[in-house]
Amino acid sequence: MNYKYNVACSIENLKGVRDFIRGTLKDHGISDLEISEIVLALDEMCSNLMIHAHHCNPDELFELHIQIEKDNPVVFEIIDDGTVFDINQFHEPALNNIIHEKRKGGLGIRLVKSIMDKIEYQRQSGKTICRLIKSVHFK
Amino acid sequence: MIHIKRLQEDNADVIVLIGEIDASSSIELDLAIAKSVGEGFSKILIDCSSLDYISSAGLGVFMSYIEEFKDRDIKMVLFGMSEKVANTFSILGLNELLQIGKDKVQAKQMVNEL
Repeated sequence: MNYKYNVACSIENLKGVRDFIRGTLKDHGISDLEISEIVLALDEMCSNLMIHAHHCNPDELFELHIQIEKDNPVVFEIIDDGTVFDINQFHEPALNNIIHEKRKGGLGIRLVKSIMDKIEYQRQSGKTICRLIKSVHFK
Repeated sequence: MIHIKRLQEDNADVIVLIGEIDASSSIELDLAIAKSVGEGFSKILIDCSSLDYISSAGLGVFMSYIEEFKDRDIKMVLFGMSEKVANTFSILGLNELLQIGKDKVQAKQMVNEL
């Protein structure tokens, strides 16, 4: 099954994104704890995109797709025509440095990498697809 | 959407978080903690029993105070987390860096013993 959600780049919309992901995964019998981790990772990816690539311009949109087949890893795609920041190329700061420098950011990408099994990027007809893949347990 | 209430019990400032903390609302958590510090509290309890969700933006707020609290001898204890919220803290091992109690009774003991 494929699901699609159009996201306008306002951080006020993150709640809607989370509700879409929760609702979709719950319908497929994925556990609450696994859903909560996935929601956390995608919230991070979407908020980064809204803030850093689109400067919270609510007129700019990107798409979030979810592909679910029973007993297969779930595939999430974030499709955007803006410039893309490849988190695989990013070396997240050590936790000690985050504390020492009193930084409020820097945790998010570490979370995404801890939660997702695989993150890949692809250019296709002028758009960038960020694909996040996660194995889950189906009830 | 987050609602934040503050109440004072036994010399401690209790900050009650109700709802969800994400990139759009983490500033409110930051302001509440800053206000508590500004008012001179040296014992701060964070009631997470009605916190439904916290994103990395919210985690980052707690992390950003660790050093300052150590320097200024301010004690902060979080308590009452649901399984999901507790898991969010433990994914990156933040449960090892912050003081987290089971409930308010335990949190008060911890804040007095620290």
